[in-house]
Amino acid sequence: MSPDVVLVRTGVANVASVTAALQRLGVEPRLSDDPAVIRGAAAVVLPGVGAFGAGMERLDAAGLVTPLRARVERGEPTLAVCLGLQLLGLESEEEPGVPGLGVAPTRTRRLTGAPRLPHFGWNQVEPDPGCTMLTAGEAYFAHSFRLDDSPALAAEGWSVARSLEGEPFVAAIERGAVLGCQFHPELSGTYGAALLERWLERAALTLSGGAA
Amino acid sequence: MVRLRVIPCLDVKDGRVVKGVRFQGLRDAGDPVERAVAYAESGADELCLLDVSATREGRASAVETVRAVRAAIGIPLTVGGGVRRIEDAARLLDAGADKVAVNTAALERPELIAEIKARLGAQCTVLSLDAARREDAERPDRPPSWEVVVAGGTRRTGTDAIEWARRAVSLGAGEILATSWDRDGTGDGYDAELLRALAGAVSVPLIASGGARTAGHMETALDAGASAVLAASIFHDGVTTVRQIKLELARSGRDVRLPLCPPSVQ
Repeated sequence: MSPDVVLVRTGVANVASVTAALQRLGVEPRLSDDPAVIRGAAAVVLPGVGAFGAGMERLDAAGLVTPLRARVERGEPTLAVCLGLQLLGLESEEEPGVPGLGVAPTRTRRLTGAPRLPHFGWNQVEPDPGCTMLTAGEAYFAHSFRLDDSPALAAEGWSVARSLEGEPFVAAIERGAVLGCQFHPELSGTYGAALLERWLERAALTLSGGAA
Repeated sequence: MVRLRVIPCLDVKDGRVVKGVRFQGLRDAGDPVERAVAYAESGADELCLLDVSATREGRASAVETVRAVRAAIGIPLTVGGGVRRIEDAARLLDAGADKVAVNTAALERPELIAEIKARLGAQCTVLSLDAARREDAERPDRPPSWEVVVAGGTRRTGTDAIEWARRAVSLGAGEILATSWDRDGTGDGYDAELLRALAGAVSVPLIASGGARTAGHMETALDAGASAVLAASIFHDGVTTVRQIKLELARSGRDVRLPLCPPSVQ
């Protein structure tokens, strides 16, 4: 049984691709920016395209900062994509002085050493042995900023998958039923579809009390 | 390291894929959704969909085509053609585009690029640049230069293509789709000199377009600094497949994403 999935309406993110990817897996996501809906949803997707400052401003204006923070802290099924992942962190070089959601103890900086930016295209993802949803494979990226690979992530129970473009960087993190991807699973073909499916399975398991 | 990308391009008119030579003499090349699915299964890294309709009805049907293609495939989709205002870009994104390409309207009003970047981000903003070699019979010794062409290649603008690319990137374009008008549909190979000039002028990724027939042409484009190679006719006409091209590139030591499944679907 597929869980009730809510896509956070951020106003700037492209939700059509995420919606289509979930629909291909038999899930009909709802679109909402209502704090009560986000708080109560079985599973939430925080998409993200655009700038860090505008993204946080939007979440703040909609009253979504506290509900999203609470979801991640409680380990409730949540998927953050691209800018969504960066918003989980403490802050970003893209918008100095604007605090992120702060649930992942690391910072976002500009990708350095890449021959060309934005980093557009397919790149290898290599997960830590601790990852249970993330697997090795090729995923599609479209970004110029990335999370610092901080030891604090592991200290707070996050498992990390890495990629390399000019420098190693955080491709994704996972903890329980919370998954944050710098790449776009919805655009990563069969690799991405399989990952989304594992996240939905994990969400269903968590909700049934199997792995809460 | 990021893989080199192979991108089939669907030129769509009134709900059908079409293709011509130097943007003219368009002939039917199939159903866009069927094409898109086949190319994705063959290992396409992205798809490009350019609306070449000239009418309002055509434009409306292009949005429906984007919606149908998006529902069917799980790889990135760049859509261009007729994007004149920020609302056009937003509508295409809503329909399922991941990147929006601007061309003629941006040349007339460059701020359009900055507007799309501000609202949707640089990773959504692609400059589609159609460049034609300048004729200068009196000075054959001069290095080559290119000018931007618009209106299906029928109008030369006099605008220097390299300068325009530089300006577009400074305004917020995150990628350049560079089509050689001289080579489009000919199979004579990409204009490597054009690509080299662009790659030296801007730091964003560059998609080579116009003239591809062989994997060798694609290698030349990659050596010239392109991050991705786009082709249409050779895939539509069955000259080769995305899978075949990628296998040949891999055999030459190029870093491409290889299709996993056996070549049952081409």
